[in-house]
Amino acid sequence: MSQHEAHGSVKAYVIGFLLSIVLTIIPLLLVLNHMLSKGWLVFAIMLMAVLQFIIQLVFFMHIREGEGPKYNVMALILGIVIVFTIVAGSMWIMSFNG
Amino acid sequence: MEHAVTHHAHDHHDHHEEHEQLKVLGFWIFLVTDCILFATLFATYVVLRTHTDGGPIGKEIFEVPGFVAETFILLTSSFTSGLATLAMHKGNVKGLIGWLIVTAALGLGFIGLEISEFANMVQEGATISRSAFLSAFFTLVGTHGLHVSVGLLWMIGLMVQLGRYGITTVTKRKITTISLYWHFLDVVWIFLFTVVYLMGVM
Repeated sequence: MSQHEAHGSVKAYVIGFLLSIVLTIIPLLLVLNHMLSKGWLVFAIMLMAVLQFIIQLVFFMHIREGEGPKYNVMALILGIVIVFTIVAGSMWIMSFNG
Repeated sequence: MEHAVTHHAHDHHDHHEEHEQLKVLGFWIFLVTDCILFATLFATYVVLRTHTDGGPIGKEIFEVPGFVAETFILLTSSFTSGLATLAMHKGNVKGLIGWLIVTAALGLGFIGLEISEFANMVQEGATISRSAFLSAFFTLVGTHGLHVSVGLLWMIGLMVQLGRYGITTVTKRKITTISLYWHFLDVVWIFLFTVVYLMGVM
């Protein structure tokens, strides 16, 4: 096994875990205590979901590691573009229904 | 000549490892296509969530303690599957299998909670055929639950292989892929937690 290949550390996993817990508890408190107006609330909890997604990619799935061209990152970016298009596109087109 | 032979052997080893890395990349591409599957189900849910046809709405059927427990159990299992891969890279088979058992036990707990959640809903008359909202809900959350169940069976199979062959280049790659899969399922759950449950009880 080549020594330049990193696999994270206990520290990285613990940091990722703690940040994920915080990013789960904050939106939960915001929603249960009705702390923001509806629009801002949706924005805030979606933002925290995306942040937690990024944290898991970095601390758990080691997206930044590995050598050579990052084909996995390229595939992921393409996937995110498709996911966004499907979800946002469906919401937009169906908003004309009501 | 001897140099050439060792060089060749070294090359062969590299090819083997390269091949395993290629399989991990293939698995990443599978995960991306699985994201697209979930995107279609999320899109369907978001469009249909208000179409309750006079039946129960999210606020009435989602139990906060239940989905919060599911969330923390799955998040913890994602963390322990990471600890399993750390043990693997240290060559610690016992630690690896131990953390996999913890991960699988948490996964089983998650599935148990989800089944009881679904059973309670059905008992209250919130069945998959009651409204478009519930059809979309059960399809989306159920597809995720099915993924977790498949992951559990796969994990048990890998524990058997680890017991038999130990940590080899091949079992290493298999543990790497299931760990990616398990983290991916937690990532999907973050969005289920946010879009389905939190926005449902808002």
